[in-house]
Amino acid sequence: MTTKSVLDLTPRPAAAPLPAMVAAQTAYEVKGVLRNGEQLLLTLIIPVFLLVLFSVTSLLDLGAGARVDFLTPGIIALAVMSTAFTSQAIGTGFERRYGVLKRLGATPLPRSGLILAKTLTVVLIELLQVAVITAVALALGWSPAGNPAAALLAVLLGTAAFSGFGLLMAGTLRAEATLAAANLVYILLLLLGGVVFPLSKFPEALRPVLEYLPITALTEALRAVLADGAALPGRELLVLAVWAVAGLALAARFFRWE
Amino acid sequence: MAAPPALEITGLVKRYGPATAVDGLTLTAARGEVTALLGPNGAGKTSTIEICEGFRPHDAGTVRVLGLAPRDRALKPRIGVMPQTGGVPGTARAGEFLRLMASFHRDPLDPAALMERLGLTAHARTPYRRMSGGQQQRLSLAAALVGRPELVFLDEPTAGLDPQARHATWELVGELRAAGVSVLLTTHFMDEAEQLADHVVIVDHGRVVAEGSPAELTGAERQLRFRARPGLGLDELVGALPVGSAAKESPAGHYLVEGDVRPELLATVTAWCAAHGVLAEDLRIERRTLEDVFLELTGRELRG
Repeated sequence: MTTKSVLDLTPRPAAAPLPAMVAAQTAYEVKGVLRNGEQLLLTLIIPVFLLVLFSVTSLLDLGAGARVDFLTPGIIALAVMSTAFTSQAIGTGFERRYGVLKRLGATPLPRSGLILAKTLTVVLIELLQVAVITAVALALGWSPAGNPAAALLAVLLGTAAFSGFGLLMAGTLRAEATLAAANLVYILLLLLGGVVFPLSKFPEALRPVLEYLPITALTEALRAVLADGAALPGRELLVLAVWAVAGLALAARFFRWE
Repeated sequence: MAAPPALEITGLVKRYGPATAVDGLTLTAARGEVTALLGPNGAGKTSTIEICEGFRPHDAGTVRVLGLAPRDRALKPRIGVMPQTGGVPGTARAGEFLRLMASFHRDPLDPAALMERLGLTAHARTPYRRMSGGQQQRLSLAAALVGRPELVFLDEPTAGLDPQARHATWELVGELRAAGVSVLLTTHFMDEAEQLADHVVIVDHGRVVAEGSPAELTGAERQLRFRARPGLGLDELVGALPVGSAAKESPAGHYLVEGDVRPELLATVTAWCAAHGVLAEDLRIERRTLEDVFLELTGRELRG
């Protein structure tokens, strides 16, 4: 025999305060990302691996100067893209597919609160990524230059741009299509966006196009600040801002919750 | 002014392209009662419940949930929703998910006690995708209840449950009712509707075809059933019975006598059996079941 606990089911409905709901959802999402092996591979292991590999070997011809000084800004840009775009698109795509977004829609957590929690999650994961990448880079002899505030601005604009397109993909395509497309975009932008392979290695005719990719704009902005000590890389930041506005506007317009 | 009913639906219409899923459905679910939407697959039950939950827009008619429009945000803390499937991320651990759901409410049930009650304590750290279908259903039910709602929507709450889990769920629905919670559930299990519901609404082709308490629906009519060897000559039996009685064999060896079932009728049947050397096994007099009523109203053909 088991004794059954008595539950007091008397209705006592009331929503928790919004900040508490957002905090709970954020903590839950961060835990989910940290626990997910595939997401960690994408967000931490691959960037750190590329940083170490190309810093300590001479597999790539990176021109004059310390290799790590060239690589680290690109790796930070890659980390931002992997979290704000790839990981968020895939995670949200499957939440939509499994009716999680729909179910959350029946709780007191408003949609704006859910989006806020997702944004906070991305920012927290990025903080962790930047901390780890910075530690590894410093150990490899990185000597960053420039104004940290300018680098932070570039990361924030990049995050907004990648989040917009990540959510656009998650909210419009089937989850399997999002999985495939988000990974493909990740690889293509990693190869083409000046992250590890310098833009100068690409054919002359292609470069003007590549320069307007969001990953290139973020990489070049971070490199201008952190490697060359530029005060404010205006053109790159403008490109990122345009991508951010376009991505967020499209996501707001076309995102389907189920 | 009296509190508005739990649900008030008038002339509800829902179309998907050229198909009409809900076709002028009207029903009222009283506060503090268990209302069951009973119907075959594709009858429009889930469409109706999802419109009430605020998940889908409707094409025509009016819907009031606790007196409010289904998409009114003020409704969210007051309702609990158990969807037919899913709604939980595959990687989510049961305990964490339930605690998250609880954290959206100011005064929730203790998630641990609820897990204990639903036999999920041992699976608190199991990811959703590794839980059995029955465990997933129970977690989904727990998530619907944890916010102490006034009105709970349960879309086929016992589909795929083993008998123990099914009875545990029924017991919990009984307790919800005792605590004054209004419940709207959909089911295609007759016994579930008969056991749980104060009010049964039979839905077919997107319309209400009958409603009432289980007793009202099954009526006072009785019938007599027995088993015996197949192929008895029933014409002679019917001849001996009062006018208006009927007898049939379906399936082979199972006999059903309908009509004004009185002691005299029982005596006539047993006397006829004795005269023909027939031992009537499992002889019983029963009321029509909800299943009889249901099949009468919705037909016996299979639905695609």
